[in-house]
Amino acid sequence: MSGQLNRAAVSMAEIRPELDRLRRRGFLRNMLSLGSLTMLTGCDLSTHSGVDAALETILRFDDRVQAALFNRHRLAETYPASAITHPFRFNAYYAEWQVRPVPDNWVLNVSGLVTDRRPWTLSALMALPQQGQITRHICIEGWSQIGQWSGVPLGVFLRRIGADLSARYVYFKCFDGYSTSIDMASALQPQTILALDFEEQPLAPQWGAPLRLRIPTKLGFKSAKNLEAIEVTNKYPGGYWENQGYDWYAGV
Amino acid sequence: MDRHKTRAAHPVAIRIMHWIGVYAMGCMIFSGWEIYNASPSLPFLFPAWTGLGGWLGGALAWHLSAMWLLFADGIAYLIYGFASGHFRRDLKPPRPTEVGHDLSAALHFRLGHRIGHYNAVQRVLYAGVIVAIMLQVMTGLSIWKPVQFGWLAGLFGGYPIARGIHLTIMLGIVGFILVHVALVAIYPRTLKSMIVSVPTEKEESP
Repeated sequence: MSGQLNRAAVSMAEIRPELDRLRRRGFLRNMLSLGSLTMLTGCDLSTHSGVDAALETILRFDDRVQAALFNRHRLAETYPASAITHPFRFNAYYAEWQVRPVPDNWVLNVSGLVTDRRPWTLSALMALPQQGQITRHICIEGWSQIGQWSGVPLGVFLRRIGADLSARYVYFKCFDGYSTSIDMASALQPQTILALDFEEQPLAPQWGAPLRLRIPTKLGFKSAKNLEAIEVTNKYPGGYWENQGYDWYAGV
Repeated sequence: MDRHKTRAAHPVAIRIMHWIGVYAMGCMIFSGWEIYNASPSLPFLFPAWTGLGGWLGGALAWHLSAMWLLFADGIAYLIYGFASGHFRRDLKPPRPTEVGHDLSAALHFRLGHRIGHYNAVQRVLYAGVIVAIMLQVMTGLSIWKPVQFGWLAGLFGGYPIARGIHLTIMLGIVGFILVHVALVAIYPRTLKSMIVSVPTEKEESP
């Protein structure tokens, strides 16, 4: 009996990934750093909840500033084909060997504030108006690269499914476990596309097959790959990185 | 009573703005090092224990928060500097011969220091770091908003070059801080004059 009680119900190894994620949510992991100790004299060093709350509040303020600075008609710079970065860098929250293959009978589901909820097949998406771009992909880490994508302007798609264009958010769900969301104004910017092609070829799995978001007016982590569903909503949907503390608006 | 003799070496407004600036710049530099470490563009990393924020998301939160404090402090300082005559009186651009003379004296440890008066070398360094911080704000805006402030990013040669300049100016500011703090350590009286009201020294006292 006592042996049973002493045995942990959950082993540390089992919950380690989740613990790590929770820990990362705190802005101030790794508090024993020179920077933090210098800057935080007088603050509560045991919980940091006050500092985290203050930073979150300022990030929300930053989001409002970014939305005010955003102009739907201002275009990201475009480049000649000679400027395309080779080799193009793979990036995801997992390593390249863990890229998921496209599920059989893949369709794009739509939900939320839309009038037409029918799922979309790849050929139906290919029949919509297409648009190409050669633009700079800027990662939140600081590096950047120039790539070429083409596909359906998201604004065209949203109008086609009868989306409520006054809704606040468009949410993207991916079959690799990723997710993200953007504001409606950025969704309707003409360079925001549902990309089907990369470098004039249908998307390969590591570039987001069969359909990805490409939005050159936001940081790279907003250009979600391997899409499986789009939702139009007024309820803040968050996203994979956003829920861990990345600035939600992430405009450039 | 001669009002001139009792004028503080650093008016209280300057002292407050200086220490707010120290805090804001400290937050910007240490969080900036953590951001740099996420994707280093030079073959070195800053030691992890110097980073502020714990991980990239936390460092960016600090960086994009402290920037407002630095910006507000800098604007207040510029307005005060022009309106009060601080720039005209204390940071008058020196003649090159003055700089040469004072620099040579400083390197031979013969340059006197009068509280409340700046020699030619100090004037060059202080004016230089003010310009550097202004450039740092502009390159920072360029890499934060390379599309919305595309004209500004273009002025610095586009996003990747603006990022390189931002890193270079940071190294310059850190270099200034090292020299500045070393000199304060040699003349500890100057530290007191940036904390409490200390009268300006009228006579040359090497």
